[in-house]
Amino acid sequence: MSERLTVRKTHKLFIGGAFPRSESGRTYEVHDATGSFLANMSQASRKDARNAVLAARKAVDGWSAATAYNRGQVLYRIAEIMDGRRDQFATEVAAAEGCSDAEANRQVDLAIDRWVWYAGWADKIAQVLGSANPVAGPFFDFSVPEPTGVVAAVAPQESSLLGLVSVVAPIIVSGNAVLVVPSHDRPIPAISLAEVLATSDVPDGVVNILTGDATEMMPWLAAHADVNALDLTGMEPGEGATTTEREAAGTIKRVMRPAPDIDWSADPGIARIRFFVETKTVWHPMGT
Amino acid sequence: MTDAWQPPGGDQASLRAFLHGLPGVDEVGARGRAAALATRSIKTESKRWAIDMAIAMVDLTTLEGMDTPGKVRALCAKALRPDPSDPTTPSVAAVCVYPDLVGIARASVGQDLHVAAVATAFPSGRSSLDIKLQDTADAVAAGADEIDMVIDRGAFLAGDYATVYEEITAVKSACGDAHLKVILETGELHTLDNVRRASWLAMLAGADFIKTSTGKVTPAATPPVTLVMLEAVRDFERATERRIGVKAAGGIRTSKEAIAYLVLVSETVGDAWLTPDLFRFGASSLLNDLLLQRQRMITGHYSGPDYVTID
Repeated sequence: MSERLTVRKTHKLFIGGAFPRSESGRTYEVHDATGSFLANMSQASRKDARNAVLAARKAVDGWSAATAYNRGQVLYRIAEIMDGRRDQFATEVAAAEGCSDAEANRQVDLAIDRWVWYAGWADKIAQVLGSANPVAGPFFDFSVPEPTGVVAAVAPQESSLLGLVSVVAPIIVSGNAVLVVPSHDRPIPAISLAEVLATSDVPDGVVNILTGDATEMMPWLAAHADVNALDLTGMEPGEGATTTEREAAGTIKRVMRPAPDIDWSADPGIARIRFFVETKTVWHPMGT
Repeated sequence: MTDAWQPPGGDQASLRAFLHGLPGVDEVGARGRAAALATRSIKTESKRWAIDMAIAMVDLTTLEGMDTPGKVRALCAKALRPDPSDPTTPSVAAVCVYPDLVGIARASVGQDLHVAAVATAFPSGRSSLDIKLQDTADAVAAGADEIDMVIDRGAFLAGDYATVYEEITAVKSACGDAHLKVILETGELHTLDNVRRASWLAMLAGADFIKTSTGKVTPAATPPVTLVMLEAVRDFERATERRIGVKAAGGIRTSKEAIAYLVLVSETVGDAWLTPDLFRFGASSLLNDLLLQRQRMITGHYSGPDYVTID
């Protein structure tokens, strides 16, 4: 009997709940840590990014209007479905990052736990970041955090799964929609995550995954008037990053640019959630 | 057929003989041609030209039961200056409202824009001829210089062409100097053969424009239907040397679709029709997308819905 041929995949993008090829028709090859071929990836263009912004904008109204409790449940559901595909994720992480199986399993466990952790935050953000404010006047004055809107993010280049989840989860937990460029050289766990998102209860367009070159897409997204914030966590320093930050100034976007070398296995805290919310303060007249 | 061509008489028998003598439409061919033309790539300078032309061709429309005088005034302000941040943006061609709001629209736009009114018991057209004529006369008296009438689809589908013909001629005379656009409501005509017949019937009866749809029925304007209507207009011009306009109304929401329609016009009837006098878009949300694309062309970065008005 002849030897079975392996299925060589060409992974697609994840935009608006669908898996389209890049509008540009471009692909690039992905190799594992030892340099052998893993798969072809779609290489997203600026027009794919534009389409993803449209999808995210469409999604953000419904997602931000969902109750915090409901958003928490949806995030928890992602963790549940990821857990069912633990072995696939572990294999992909091991291939991408060149680590031992034990380490890959640890990464997957941490990623799943991170969803659960952020899911728990969904209905607690308002209590922690909001406040009832004492004011000198007959007003009941209170502040509530509201999602910023559409966020464009670059996921870490090294940590292919845990880093990605740690960037995406705090953005969407408060009701934002995100388009994320995963690690350029290690994108396969991101596409598997897209398959998880597509089969969980995350509304279409809340998470969009654009594999490809962040330095090509991010300056366009930074200038895009319908993107509200940027997360440049995985952006390599250099001209692309500088251009991106400069372009973002045109529409005064929030830009997150943390120091490199983040330990993704550490307790993340709520700094990332806090960064992608706006505080709304209401002065409500109060009878005496 | 220029010299020899004689229009049919207005009686039922001649109309029927003429309309059923028209060649049938190759439906697959029409769909294929419309789809093929829609793939043409229009970029940079051509795209800029096309976007400005499309804006100038828009009949900015509000046809809701909940229309208020304030909404119509806001619509008129937008029609005059679609993008207040950029004075080079052209005005749209006309505003299109219900007859009772014509006075408010006319007062708001002055003589700078056309005011179109949907008359004759829009959108169903189910009412007596007297009422339809009165509806038309009221709209004209209030200042409308374009009347969008609906044909009696029931009569048309029953083969009662003379009734439809007489109704259009009667409304045309009630219009006076106002332009008459005849809405075929192609979504209710079912076949492209019927679209071709209705187009000819309306043109023979004196329409200045033929219009696809009311916007209240799905499907509204589609490229194949518009293609058939444009062909009818082209053949009518060859026969009579009269140029009839076409208005694609309803369902056109993006600049890309609008530009595809312009390609369809150019390829079917020729560039002479690429003017607001002979081709129009009946639309409301299309204008915002055209403005966003225009801002994108000028500023070099993508714009967003926060930068145009909410209608």
